[in-house]
Amino acid sequence: MDWSDSPDQATFRKEVHDFIRERLPGPYRGKLEGGDGESDGETFTVGWQADRKSDDPERRDTAVQWATALAEKGWIAPHWPKEYGGAGLSVMEQFIYNQEMAKAGAPSVGGMGVSLLGPTVIVHGTDEQKEQHLPKILSGEVAWAQGYSEPGAGSDLASLQTRADRDGDDYVINGQKIWTSGAQYADWLFALVRTDPEAPKHRGISFITMDITTPGITVRPLTDMGWNQPFNETFFEDVRVPARNLVGDENRGWYIGMTLLDFERSGISGAVEYQRTLDNLIEFLGSDEGTEVTRQDLDTVRLEIADRRIETEILFNFAFRIVSMQNRGMVPNYEASVNKLFGSELHQRLSRTGNKAFGLYGNLWDREVGPMGAHFVRDYIGSVPHTIFSGSSEIQRNVIATRGLGLPRG
Amino acid sequence: MDLGLNEQQELLKNAARDFLENECPESLVREMEEDERGYSPDLWAKMAEQGWQGLLVPEEHGGAGFDFLDLCVLLEEFGRALVPGPFMSTVLGGAVPIMVAGSDEQKAEFLPKIASGDTIFTLALTEPSARFDEQGVQAQASVSGNDVTFNGTKLFVSDANVADYLIVAGRSGQGVTLGIVATDQPGVEVTQLQTIARDKQCEVKLNDAKGQLLGAEGQGWNLLQPVIQRYTVAECAYLVGLSQMDFEIAVDYAKERVQFGRPIGSFQAIQHKCADMVTDVDGSRFIMYKAAWSVATDQPADDTQMAVNMAKAWTSEATRRVVAHGQQIHGGIGFTKDYKIQLYFRRQKRAELAFGDSDYHRELVAQQLGI
Repeated sequence: MDWSDSPDQATFRKEVHDFIRERLPGPYRGKLEGGDGESDGETFTVGWQADRKSDDPERRDTAVQWATALAEKGWIAPHWPKEYGGAGLSVMEQFIYNQEMAKAGAPSVGGMGVSLLGPTVIVHGTDEQKEQHLPKILSGEVAWAQGYSEPGAGSDLASLQTRADRDGDDYVINGQKIWTSGAQYADWLFALVRTDPEAPKHRGISFITMDITTPGITVRPLTDMGWNQPFNETFFEDVRVPARNLVGDENRGWYIGMTLLDFERSGISGAVEYQRTLDNLIEFLGSDEGTEVTRQDLDTVRLEIADRRIETEILFNFAFRIVSMQNRGMVPNYEASVNKLFGSELHQRLSRTGNKAFGLYGNLWDREVGPMGAHFVRDYIGSVPHTIFSGSSEIQRNVIATRGLGLPRG
Repeated sequence: MDLGLNEQQELLKNAARDFLENECPESLVREMEEDERGYSPDLWAKMAEQGWQGLLVPEEHGGAGFDFLDLCVLLEEFGRALVPGPFMSTVLGGAVPIMVAGSDEQKAEFLPKIASGDTIFTLALTEPSARFDEQGVQAQASVSGNDVTFNGTKLFVSDANVADYLIVAGRSGQGVTLGIVATDQPGVEVTQLQTIARDKQCEVKLNDAKGQLLGAEGQGWNLLQPVIQRYTVAECAYLVGLSQMDFEIAVDYAKERVQFGRPIGSFQAIQHKCADMVTDVDGSRFIMYKAAWSVATDQPADDTQMAVNMAKAWTSEATRRVVAHGQQIHGGIGFTKDYKIQLYFRRQKRAELAFGDSDYHRELVAQQLGI
């Protein structure tokens, strides 16, 4: 057991660390310079995607600058194989890369295209699909959104009903998706659609891609309980999509879609973020400014803060465990679910604890007035969906119990 | 960075598990609860043949020269098997203080006898105040040359009933002072306490008890810090193994126990408890090993202290949650003396309390965070 870097790991870490300090554009340096950045409790990371389509030319420039800098290193898609334009980093290098990016608060670039669609196409796509999509993801030309959930298909995702009926060389799509994160900033959409309504539910689903401007697609932003618009409802009305847009075989979409879902659950960024939040909170509580808005009976909260720090340590170890296993050539099983479950529940506890330190000032939503830029009150709202998306806490516990511990399914 | 065991540690773990499954069955654990001595001299000798009492002891003194993290791998297996007896008392409470504070002569005299299994030690630290800090040490120590005489009462001293020597912490005019005190003298009076785990904690009355000075007079508290750190992490390691086994027993039971025509493990109410148990056990394991690694590799002192406090704060409570779930999943049968799960439940409490529970260590974490 070793919690320290090997010499090679330390060298790579320094390379990432130095690169960020050299190339991260000014507007993205808030966290690097000690603040907690502009985190406004947004429920999904859509920062870069939103910036590249912003009305504000400075935000657009910033997004392009950062993407260009990363592209020079092949670091837009550090985990993709080199032959497809990635950096071909080892799992350990990817982990270190993600850790250093999170420490600096640097936004990731490429969103769902880099994290999910690209890897799926690399594994399951045709040569034509690879040529069509991968370069444009890497150049930042095309941003992707994910159309999985439906109003009637949440935790029971495989019950999805959006239909894709074959008609000549096309599929005709009808139905509705929901929680399509960032679709309002996206150019293309990948979706799970039902191609065989007669088959058992997992075996009648296909994985398909489409240009989001295809006639018949309507994207309608949903406002969340924190006044943000991170996600959308997406409607499909007789949307004609070429059959060649199918990724993998027809009716195998469920298994294709699930190939990569676990990647959503092996991250280190949560632990890094919570550690920074705690450091900032403790520093603020000791400052003159902080003293003015801190509840008089802070003693009731200080041990909770200690607990959150300890739990953050637990979360770091859960993430370290996953990459250690991968580095040894093992495939994590329930371990990724433990990481997601514990991290998301800790996130909620942390926002509650932090906000508690400020008593009535914990009401204040205005960044200019609320303690620490109203970080905790906004995160108290923003953390609510974290135990719901990417597999709710209940689903994670089911997965741990059945897949991990071998308990019989109900 | 790697959170797996190395090859040597895997070998040690597997050898220990095989050995203890044969040599330390549940029946022995139960027998030792009722036994006056609380340990099996036969098992003790076999453990010494395995080299375990001397695992940490340098080779020049007859030991195996392994590091502290390796010891924690072994102790995890001890927790799993609920090994009764004075192993931790002797290794953490005897060998470690002598390795930290002993003179060359003391190391040469005592360490080989610990490694060979010939001598049992224990640490006489806590007193009726039940404090773990420096103020808790109020027994009197009078130093004369290399000799030291102790007066006072030590309480919650594990295995003093069978120990050949005590490492005693007392207080002289110069501060906390340590001594090695033989128990076979009139000035040492040992009374067993009846405890929740039916382990052998004792009251030790020291009435002009004579011993040899360990380390410099007045330096005892500093010298004890690495001892307390290691002992605390060792208790965490024991708790990890204990809770892992409790969890495994509960999951197995949930797969077999049928109610309403199906295994209770198919109900989400039980499944979610099991999921929380594995999260708590795994969380305990890694935070314990982080502290063990920090100690073993001599990380910066502040980092190590924090790692130790965080480990005991977390592990004490997380493993309590685990054994509570273990009881609940078993229902009525778990409350009977004959069924094995209760053995884990009772022993968890002992280790939870040893060297401070969650509240104690959480407070220390808060202080180190500067809040």
